[in-house]
Parts: sequence; C-alpha cells; structure tokens
Amino acid sequence: MSEPLIKLVDVVKRFGSQLVLDRISLDIPKGKTTVIAGGSGQGKSVTLKLILGLMQPDSGAVIIDGVDITRVGRRELDRIRSRFGVLFQGAALLDSLNVFDNVALPLNERSGLGRHEIREKVMATLMQLGLIGHEDKFPAQLSGGMKKRVGLARALQLEPGIMLFDEPTTGLDPEKTMEIYRLFHETRERFGYTAVIVSHDIPKVFNLADQVVVLNRGRVFSFASPEEIQLATVPEMREFVQATMGTIYRSKGME
Amino acid sequence: MFGLIEKTGEKSRYHVSDIGRMGCFLVAAIAGVFKPPFRFRATLEQLREIGVNSVGVIFFTALFTGMVLGLQGYYTLRKFGSEGMLGSAVALSLLRELGPVLTALMVTGRAGSAMCAEIGIMRNSEQIDALECMAVDPFRYLVAPKFLATMIAIPVLTLIFNVVGIFGGYIAGVGLLGVNPGAFVSGMQASVVNKDISLGIIKSLAFALIVVWVCTGRGYYVHRIRGAGFGAEGVSRVTTQAVVISSIMVLVWDYLITAVLL
Repeated sequence: MSEPLIKLVDVVKRFGSQLVLDRISLDIPKGKTTVIAGGSGQGKSVTLKLILGLMQPDSGAVIIDGVDITRVGRRELDRIRSRFGVLFQGAALLDSLNVFDNVALPLNERSGLGRHEIREKVMATLMQLGLIGHEDKFPAQLSGGMKKRVGLARALQLEPGIMLFDEPTTGLDPEKTMEIYRLFHETRERFGYTAVIVSHDIPKVFNLADQVVVLNRGRVFSFASPEEIQLATVPEMREFVQATMGTIYRSKGME
Repeated sequence: MFGLIEKTGEKSRYHVSDIGRMGCFLVAAIAGVFKPPFRFRATLEQLREIGVNSVGVIFFTALFTGMVLGLQGYYTLRKFGSEGMLGSAVALSLLRELGPVLTALMVTGRAGSAMCAEIGIMRNSEQIDALECMAVDPFRYLVAPKFLATMIAIPVLTLIFNVVGIFGGYIAGVGLLGVNPGAFVSGMQASVVNKDISLGIIKSLAFALIVVWVCTGRGYYVHRIRGAGFGAEGVSRVTTQAVVISSIMVLVWDYLITAVLL
C-alpha cells in the first residue's frame, strides 16, 4: 500500500484540563474520500485544524506528504497549504467582499493571472455551481446553501489536491444537503482531489466515504467501510452505532 | 493559600504570554506593511474610513476645545493683566498636548473600536482562518492597510485639530471677549517654535501606533483573551477593552514623551 498523503501520529491535544485527542493516529490515503465522524465535542474540527496547521498539537506529528507541519516555518507551511482547499462550516466568506471578489480572492492573491483571465475563470466556476446572477451580492444577502456553494467555488479556484470539508451540510435542509453532496460528487470527479470530510450527518455522509474514521472519547477508530462500523465489537463503537445509526442503516453498497 | 499562589502564578503567566503575543503581533504587522504585493486600494479605503470620515468629529472637538481654552485662558490671564498672551496659551496647549492627545482619543473611539470589532468578528467567523488556509498572510492582507492608514491619518488629523482649535480660541478670545486680534496672533507667533510643532507630530505618530496596534491586536486575538467570552459578547468586551487600553496608553505615553523631549 502506498504512503498515506496525510498522517497523524500519536497526536495529543488538550484545552486546559480537557483532553480532546489522546494519542490518536490516522492515515488518509491519496485520491480517496475519508469521512471523520463522531459526536459533538469529540475533536473532529480540532483534527481538521491540526491538519491545516491552524492549531499545534501538544505532542505528536502531523505529516502532509512526508513533511511534518508541526516543525516547519511559516513559508513552508504556506507552500503546503497552497495545496489545500477548505470549505468551512459557516463558509467563512469575507463579509466585505461580494461573491465575485470572494471567489476571485485566491486567484488575485496567489495565481499571478491577469484581470481578464481571473474574470473568465471565476465566471466559469460560478456557472458550474449555479451562482451566475449572484456575483454582485454580499455574503449577508445569501442563503446558507448559497454561501456553501460560494465557499466551495472559492476553495476550488486553485484546483487543490486536497479538499477539506468542515461540517459541509450543517444548518441546511435535506434538499440543500443533497445539493451539496451532488456538488461534492461532481467536483471530486472533475478535480480528482483527496477529500477529508468532517461531519456528524450520519449515516448519510457515509455514502461518500472510501474510509471512515470515528472519533469517540479522544480515541480514533478506522474502518474501511461504513458496514464495518456496524459490525464493530469494541464497546465504545457499539455505543456510537446505537446512538447514531440504530440498527437499520445499510449503505448503498449493501442494498 | 496554595490556591492563591497558584492563581497568581497562572494570571502572571497569562499576562506575560499576552504581552509577548501582542509584541509578536506588532512585529508581524509592521513586516506586513513592507511585504509585497502592496494593497494600495485597501489602504486608501482605510484612509477614507479612519481619516476622512473622522474629520467631522475632529473638527467639532477641536473647535469647542479651542473655544473653551479661549474662555478659560482669558479669565485666568486677565487676573494677571496678560490677556495679550491668550494666543500663545491656546496655541501651545493645542500643539504640544491637546491636539495629539484628543485626536488620538477621538480616533480610538470612532475608528479604533470599529477596527477591533471588524477583526474580532472576522476571527470568530473563521474568515482569518480562511485567509491562512489560502496561504494569504492576514497581517499583510488585513492588518497592514489599517496600520499604514492610521499612521498617516492621525498626524494629519492632529494638524487639522490644531488649526481648527486655534481658530476656536480666536473666536472665543477675539470674537466674544474682545481680545486684541493683533495681540492674539503676534503672541502666538512669538512663542510657538518649530520644536513645539515637531513634538506634537512625534506624539501623534506614537499615539497612532498605539491605537492601531492595540485595537487590531485585541481583535485579532479575541479568541485568546481570557474572560472575554465567546461570539458577539466576546467581541463587544474585547472592543471595550481595546478602547480603554489604547486611551490609557495614549495618556501614559503622552507623559513619557513630554518628560523625555521637553
């Protein structure tokens, strides 16, 4: 098996006296979709922030493509981050910029492209994500689903090799949730990125997964498929399955 | 007893790391100003927000401060038969002290609080995280235009304050109380030297740095400030804290600069 693209090794993270991650290790393979699931407060978003270098672990290593990002300088970290695209939970669009300028931001700042080329590229992405006609609106004028689409458009501008999704469907109705999943499938097919999805939209999100990682009480449990989760015998996982899926879930692959 | 020692130690550690964090912030922000590509348009927008939009507030503050100085100065100087020195008293008070200090305090209240709240909200809504994830330096992109604009705006606003304040003193002294206009102007010309003006400019530059540093820095670290709380409440508390700290630091540094340079 090839070396994983992202690797967490014995990572410990505390906030004051609260131990959030207790020597967790996980591998995220290249070109696959990894879903990180778990209840609220189990350290899912913390794990994502560690991968992005927005937080430092108390101990352990976060290795991206062979480089431990806990030991690199700002410039090297920026170089590694330039391979990432991130869709934040609240989309994290810049309030003061309209849709067009938000989507154009990474190109303006990092691509070196001319104004005309940037406009063409941005309009093409807006067209693909159904945002034409909304380019002059500001984030405050957009619905939750549209914000997520704009966030996705911005994240995809530099054609990232790794996409991270932080709770991509939180706060959306079932129709908008399905739309986000559809866009995920489309963009994943088009760009072929390695995807990491942090979500508690269980079991729906498992339909996207090649690998599932469950965080529970500071520990990590990895599974090759959603079915494996249901068959897990570890007591913590039995509790998790009962609490989140009951006994009725069967993934598409088993239908 | 041990609990008290532990708490004192913990608080000291927090304050030392807070000072260190703010020191690192200042270095990163100044480095951001000189890091290309420069954000001319954003700097101009900030100049409009911090400078041009503060002119009205500065104008009225200066006018009435000058008029009060004129009134108070006249009744004090009259006791010694020195009404002719009114121009000198008004001009020196404004150029050396009141101009730079009141301008800095007004800008802190009007634009500093807005800067702190804006950056704090951006921090809370992950907008700063998003910039970092796009490998865009938030110090260069977000903080540097505010730094540069404030460093330009406050000295210019101080000069406006001085001119309008002296005019206010003239209205009160000459227009309302009948001081001889020639005596007012010649007294001013005779007593004001270049050092008074340069002292005021040095102070305004120092105050500009304090205001923009504290206000943007507190907003930037809103998530790390102990006891600030979260969300909107956290931003409002940190904004209040930024205004209070800036104002106190301006007054303390006013004394220190005066003591060293006078």
